[in-house]
Amino acid sequence: MNRWLLWLPLVLFGLFFGAVAIGLMMPKDNIIESKMVGKKMPEFALPAAIEQRPALTSADLSGGKPTLLNIFASWCVPCIAEAPQLLELQRAGVEINAIASRDTPEDIANFLNRWGNPYTRIGTDTTSKVQLELGSSGVPETFVIDGNGVIVHQHIGDIREEDVAMLIKLLEEAR
Amino acid sequence: MIAETGLIALWLAAALTLLQFALGAIGLRAERDDYYAAIRPVAVAQGVFVTLSFVLLIWLFLRSDMSVKLVAMNSASVKPLLYKFAGTWGNHEGSMLLWVTVMGLAGAFIALFERSLQKRTLVATLAAQAFISLGFYAFLLVSSNPFERLFPVPAEGQGLNPLLQDPGLAFHPPTLYFGYVGLSVAFSFAVGAMITRDVGPAFAKAMRPWVLGAWIFLTLGITAGSYWAYYELGWGGWWFWDPVENASLMPWLAATALLHSVTVLATRDGLRAWTLMLAVVAFSMSMIGTFLVRSGILTSVHAFAVDPERGSFILALLAIYIGGAMALFALRVGTVKEGSRFELVSREGALVANNLLLSVILALVFIGTLYPLLVEAVTGEKLSVGPPYFNLATGPLALLLVAAMAAGPLLRWRRDNPKTLLNRISIPLLVAAASLFALVIFTTSMSILSLLGLALAAGVAVASFAPLWRRNLRRTPLHTYGMVLAHFGVAVALVGMASESSFTEERLVAAKPGDEITVNKWKLQFGAIEPVAGPNWTALEARMTAQYGGGVLHEITPQNRMFAAAQTQTSEAALLTRWNGQLYVVLGDGDSEGRWQVRVWWKPFVPLIWYGGILIALGGLLAMIGRLRRGFQQRKQREFAEAML
Repeated sequence: MNRWLLWLPLVLFGLFFGAVAIGLMMPKDNIIESKMVGKKMPEFALPAAIEQRPALTSADLSGGKPTLLNIFASWCVPCIAEAPQLLELQRAGVEINAIASRDTPEDIANFLNRWGNPYTRIGTDTTSKVQLELGSSGVPETFVIDGNGVIVHQHIGDIREEDVAMLIKLLEEAR
Repeated sequence: MIAETGLIALWLAAALTLLQFALGAIGLRAERDDYYAAIRPVAVAQGVFVTLSFVLLIWLFLRSDMSVKLVAMNSASVKPLLYKFAGTWGNHEGSMLLWVTVMGLAGAFIALFERSLQKRTLVATLAAQAFISLGFYAFLLVSSNPFERLFPVPAEGQGLNPLLQDPGLAFHPPTLYFGYVGLSVAFSFAVGAMITRDVGPAFAKAMRPWVLGAWIFLTLGITAGSYWAYYELGWGGWWFWDPVENASLMPWLAATALLHSVTVLATRDGLRAWTLMLAVVAFSMSMIGTFLVRSGILTSVHAFAVDPERGSFILALLAIYIGGAMALFALRVGTVKEGSRFELVSREGALVANNLLLSVILALVFIGTLYPLLVEAVTGEKLSVGPPYFNLATGPLALLLVAAMAAGPLLRWRRDNPKTLLNRISIPLLVAAASLFALVIFTTSMSILSLLGLALAAGVAVASFAPLWRRNLRRTPLHTYGMVLAHFGVAVALVGMASESSFTEERLVAAKPGDEITVNKWKLQFGAIEPVAGPNWTALEARMTAQYGGGVLHEITPQNRMFAAAQTQTSEAALLTRWNGQLYVVLGDGDSEGRWQVRVWWKPFVPLIWYGGILIALGGLLAMIGRLRRGFQQRKQREFAEAML
């Protein structure tokens, strides 16, 4: 056997050691940001989630006016927590569209009856396909979209009271 | 005083370990017989003191002594006794102490009972064992003292992670630990043999029981862990290719390969360098596994006890032990004499095939587990590698491995005739072909992999008993029965896996009390939702009845549990086992209208996965008893012969 081959295990182990040492030194963050921020929204057309609101297509999000796109689900507890903030944004004149992730029409209707409905359009995304295309990895998430359908900002997690002003400012700047 | 005594015992054990290492290292250099003689009692004393320390820690947990920080952080006085006991190792410090305790006991055991190994190799082995233990002692005494006091003393403890409050899981971590420590002993043997260049059948025979023991515990640990994930997480799956699961699978793959190559070394004096390397790799995998779990470097659903600082410490130990052993390997193996040779079609050839396949599977799992980490280190991008990769990459190889397993035991050592092999394996081949034919005709939409898996399992189930054909069953050695049983266990588990993936039926419904749910031939009647309370939890319990066909009515009660101490929710699935499968019912969240999310699976033959695992471990146990008994008898005969001279 070639003598140098005997050193191969040690070399491989050295590579492993290097990789994990770098990994250990890197700051840990578990937030997965979308690669779509700063890019044009992917094309999609989702059917209406409930009867009372129209369906949602990507064309609806490039109508010249900055909007919010909220991804929510009736089975998601933080989505209940952010409901008052969404209503507050709606009262401030913000257009909010929504994608309901992995949900059923009855459950969505119940959820909105109970916690309020701030949405202009609601598309239903039963397989999370569009959600994944947007680069969203969970619910709730909210995207700020400018008038041309470009994603300006991604907010991960529920919208807290202190986030409202920031979102309004971003929407103003996107004009 | 108990805590202080425990700490003193721990320090004493650490000092004795240092002495054990020094005696070995200096003794080997100076070739001093008196040093060789002293190392055995020192190793025994070390084992005694470290065990004392661990027993005292258990006592502190049983007494719920909240003045000890570790107890206060990980226990609660209202906890059932079993979990107070298990709480001892359900945390970082306690589990590290358990690790050194088992290592110390293993060292003491070798010192007391190992007689057939060359003296110098034994001393080198004990010194290597001490060197490994020293790192863990340093870890415990410097940065994770389990006996640290807490002041002021809290009135109540913080409780044990509720997911871990399960009888199966209470014993899952120590089972895996016994496996890891067994591999550390095999590693010490390999290092000892590399130092003295004494690699041969005697070394292999001394190492084999430890490899077998480690392998039995790893098999049981993985089986139990898989079953725990299956019923406690409430996702209905039995293996998720999660980094933590892979961390326990990789040492098992390496140990399985080692187990087979060590047999070649013991029986035929072949595969010397390869066996040494495998012993090093097997222990590396258990250390790497521990590192991956503890450091939190990989994101996992099982993320517990994560602490990057401890991760760095384990990584440093890893670099010293594994890096050192691999450097020693490169330096020394060139000078170890080559073992005896063999032909391709032979028992050795089949075992080499087994080793190569296992190694490739191991490499694939290793790469898949670490790939996200590598990519993040290089590009900063986050991704995860999931079941599609692992199933596709390892599935076909695993089937090949199982096929080799059917043929291997039917081959003769050193050289065999392919034609006679075909003759011997014709019945299993026919059985496999017939099952394949029947499956293709009678089932629809089975994946190729499951189809082949089931057919192969049928063939292997028959082939595994082939080594017993035309043999005098009373004179067949016990370890042969062990092999037969373990190989049959693989076939049984394979049936479970393939039928779970092909025949499972699932229903997800929002049901009100009074509703009926059907899946396959099962009829479930949703009776009511009621609150119930346990010793340290409250739960919402669904009262349901389940009926298979027109059969007996069974009560089932899936629960949604809330634990008081840690504010955590777990789901307790309700399981109903029949001979032909398992009904699996999970109660999800309720909505405002009184409907509850209920998920029901019917999984034909799924328990076979775990029965198979248990059979494999039992086979290992039989083999180990057989080997140990034979070694003992041979020693007695030798002593008798010597006495007669």
